[in-house]
Amino acid sequence: MSGAKERMVARAAREIRPGMVVNLGIGLPTRVVNHLAADFPVCLHTENGLSGIGPTLPAEQADRNLIDAGGAYVSTVPGSAFFDSAASFALVRSGRLDMTMLGAFEVAQNGDLANWKIPGRFSPGAGGGIELAQKARRVLVLSTHTDRQGKPKLVERCSLPLTAAGCVDRIFTDMAVIDVTPEGFALREIADGLAVDDVIKATGAPLILPEGEIPVF
Amino acid sequence: MRLPDKTTSMEEAVSQIESGATVMLGGFGVPGTPFALIRELLRQGQRDLTIIKNDANETGLGVDHLLAEGRVKRLITTHIGLNPRAIQMMNDGEIEVEFCAQGILAERVRAGGAGLQAIVTDIGLDTELARGKATVDIDGKPAMIETALRADAAFVHAAKADVFGNLGYCATARNFNPMMAMAADLVIAEAETVLPLGGVAPDEVHTPGPFVDHVVELGELSEEYDIVRR
Repeated sequence: MSGAKERMVARAAREIRPGMVVNLGIGLPTRVVNHLAADFPVCLHTENGLSGIGPTLPAEQADRNLIDAGGAYVSTVPGSAFFDSAASFALVRSGRLDMTMLGAFEVAQNGDLANWKIPGRFSPGAGGGIELAQKARRVLVLSTHTDRQGKPKLVERCSLPLTAAGCVDRIFTDMAVIDVTPEGFALREIADGLAVDDVIKATGAPLILPEGEIPVF
Repeated sequence: MRLPDKTTSMEEAVSQIESGATVMLGGFGVPGTPFALIRELLRQGQRDLTIIKNDANETGLGVDHLLAEGRVKRLITTHIGLNPRAIQMMNDGEIEVEFCAQGILAERVRAGGAGLQAIVTDIGLDTELARGKATVDIDGKPAMIETALRADAAFVHAAKADVFGNLGYCATARNFNPMMAMAADLVIAEAETVLPLGGVAPDEVHTPGPFVDHVVELGELSEEYDIVRR
C-alpha cells in the first residue's frame, strides 16, 4: 500500500471514539484495525456474525470457522460474541451501530453513495452495504480519490445505481478529508505534500475551501 | 418416551429433491456452507434449481460447482463479488440473479420460517432493489413489502447435532443456517459430529430438532471445508 493510502487509513482510524460499536467494510476499511491500539476500548462488528473482532491471523494460525465479512481469517477477543445474520443486521438497523466505514465507486456531493453495481461489467451485489449505509449513525467512506483511469470518484451526481441516498458524512481519500455538508463537499484536511489545486482538479464537484491554513495528515 | 432418530444417509436425504426445486444453502463464504450436501446434489443431477444463498462461494467451491455444471436457473443472493463465474453468467443471461440486502434476506427467510407472509422495511427504498415492490405508509413514512422466502429444501451445516436434529453451530459458521433451518419443507442438516440424544445440552441448541427432517453425519471433512489460501 502506498504511503498516502496508509496515512489515509491511519487518519480514518482516529475518527473512532472510545466506546463505539464500529463496522469496517470490505477492502481498505478493514485495514483500519491495524491502527487501533490493543487497549483502545471499541467493539468491532462484522456482519457475518461477530462482535469483538480480534487481530487478523495468517493461514497457519487460522480457525476455518472464523472469518470477517471480506473472508479474512480473524480472531476473537475476551468478550466476543457470535450470532446469526438476522441478529447481526438487527444490530445494524436498530441504531446500535455507531459508525461504519465503507468503500465507494462514487460519492455525490449530497452524500449519495454507489458501491455495488457497475451495470454489465462488475456487479458484485451490495451484501450488507445498503443497511450499513442507510442505518449506521455515522457513515464514513474510505476510497482512493480517483479510480484506476484517474476519473474522480467524488462527483456532482452518481451515475451508478445507488447503495443509499444522502448517507455519507465524511470521506477519507489518499488526497484529502472531505465532509458532505448541506452546501456540498467541504475540504477539511489535505494529504502531506499536496496543494489545494491538486485536490480541486481530482474532484468532480465544487469544493468548499476552509478559511486559513488547512490541516495536513 | 424417546425422541425419534432422524439420521439418514446423504444419498437418501438428497434424493427427495426434484429438478426445478428451490434450495436454500447456509453459509457465508466457506464457514457454514454445506459442501458435502451440495456435492451430493451435484452427483445426483437435479437441474433448473433456484438457489437461495448469501453468496456464490468462490471459484471451485460449493455453489460454483452447481453453476459450472449448468444446474442453476436462478440465484437469490446478496453478494457474488468473489465468484467471477457467477458475475459472468449473470451478465451473459445464463442465470437470473435477484439481489437482496443481506439483513433483509435473513429477515425474509426468518419470516418464511416463522409462518409470516412478508416483512415491511425502509431498507433499499432509494435503490433499484425497490423496483416493482409494493410500498406502504407506516406512521407517515414510506416502507416497502419484502415477501417471505420459503424453499422446497434447505441444506444446513452444523458443528454438532444429536440424532433428533438439535443443532449447534460454530463461530461465524452460524450465519444464515438457523433461519434457513426453519424455512423449508425438507430440512437436511449435515453435522461434523452426530451425538446421541442428550449430547447437545438444551441450552446449547441453536436450531431445535423439530425443524429438522434429516441428520447426515459427515465423515472426514473434504478440503472444501478447509482454510482458503488466497
